[in-house]
Amino acid sequence: MILFERVTKRYRNGREALRAATFSIDRGEMVFLTGRSGAGKSTVLKLIALLERPTRGTVMVNGHNLGTLKSRHLSAYRRTLGVVFQDHRLLDDRPVFDNVALPLVVAGASQTEMDHRVRAALDQVGLLGMERMLPNELSVGEQQRVGIARAVVAKPSVLIADEPTGNLDPQLALEVMKLFKRFQDVGVTVIVATHDMHVVHEFGQRSIVLADGEVQGSAEAPLPSMTATR
Amino acid sequence: MIAGYLTHHAQALLGSAGRLARAPFATALTVLVIGLALALPLALALFVSNAMGATGGFTGAVDVSVYFKPDIALSRVQQLAQSTRARPGVAAVQVISAAEALQEFRQYSGFGTALQALGSNPLPNILHVRPTADASAPADLAALKHYLGAWPEVDTVQVDAEWVLRFNAILDLLRRVLSIAAILLGAGVLAVVGNTIRLEIQGRRTEIEVIRLVGGSTGFVRRPFLYTGMLYGLAGALLAWALVGTAAAVLRAPVATLARLYGSSYTLVGAGPREVGLVLGAGMLLGWLGAWVAAARHLRGIEPRA
Repeated sequence: MILFERVTKRYRNGREALRAATFSIDRGEMVFLTGRSGAGKSTVLKLIALLERPTRGTVMVNGHNLGTLKSRHLSAYRRTLGVVFQDHRLLDDRPVFDNVALPLVVAGASQTEMDHRVRAALDQVGLLGMERMLPNELSVGEQQRVGIARAVVAKPSVLIADEPTGNLDPQLALEVMKLFKRFQDVGVTVIVATHDMHVVHEFGQRSIVLADGEVQGSAEAPLPSMTATR
Repeated sequence: MIAGYLTHHAQALLGSAGRLARAPFATALTVLVIGLALALPLALALFVSNAMGATGGFTGAVDVSVYFKPDIALSRVQQLAQSTRARPGVAAVQVISAAEALQEFRQYSGFGTALQALGSNPLPNILHVRPTADASAPADLAALKHYLGAWPEVDTVQVDAEWVLRFNAILDLLRRVLSIAAILLGAGVLAVVGNTIRLEIQGRRTEIEVIRLVGGSTGFVRRPFLYTGMLYGLAGALLAWALVGTAAAVLRAPVATLARLYGSSYTLVGAGPREVGLVLGAGMLLGWLGAWVAAARHLRGIEPRA
């Protein structure tokens, strides 16, 4: 479970990106964070990924109080997360396999386990057979899917994605969102920050609406016009 | 678990070696600087050990010459020689009679004809006393000189040790120069490796951010840089060994010729297993340490961007 309780985040330049934000996300739930640019969506994800610490308030993720989590436990905590970025953050000098395997290498997995799980993750995102290709030999959509495979390969309990469809055409965006839905279906908590309301409406998941750093509301989206395929 | 841990270390080591091999020119420059920095103290160490080896520290070259008064009989000299031999700290005592001394002088001085003009032998009976190696310190020599000089039969006691003391002082000075050079050049190696690792950390910033993001610990991030530093140190040490070994091989023949001219069969000794082990160990340790310092300093500021 993820709990934000009156969380305020003020950056060094004095800007308050979040103001007393309070909301919760259940284990295994898929939630959209919506709002305009600068609303505070990315700050919520940064706080969950512990790229930032809250200025005030409490952030709890799976029983960890992130405001007081010691630095020496940071890496172990991050291994429970999967993070997907709009710009993929792939290592261009390493093939797809190595990029996807990185969280397993960090976690100390054996070579056999790595082979098995990387192929499984690539299969899930439809890229099996592309293990030896370099990221710049792939399309933008394929690169995004490599990023997703990397995020899920270590079976995280929480998957967070910051504008994962920002660079994709509507069809690819839909494909990516279907992938996230499939991860939610197997028990992963999925949090997607997006300003693409079309995607939000298509998937009919709960959305937390942010504006100027404040939570404006939490609403169930209308029933999807299209059901995610499995 | 342990196998996995060792596998990751092996992967980090091979990855670091691969990165060095993919940038041969930059690697060669860094290794050259480290190699030269390590070669100088190694060469100095070999010079000192060769000087010690060639001279045996001149411990056997300290002689005390005892000149007796002209009227002292050879039999009395031999009695005194016997009691000197019984003294602790005395390695050898040689009696040179006045007649033997004259004969020798005739033979080697070139004044044989002139000596024949002398009515009597002007040379005294002599004792050459050689102290043991552990009794050759200046204080021991002074005590021996005092003991021998106290005999009423003795005219003069001469200790031929000053030049040996000077030589040993020079060797001691060289040892200290060697220590200072080793410390300064070791610091230089630390700085070179540290700066190289700093640049590598900057060049791999994106990779470090991603590794941290997926849960890589500081130790995991630091590991390949430590191996890189250690490999730089090892390669530099191997180069230093090769440079000094080559120099020793080039100098071996002229040194042997010079030694022969001084009646010695001494040949130049290159770096043995002890020296090689020391320089390789020092190189790896300095490389590792330089990398550790750079990694501790520069990895701290790298956190994933959101």
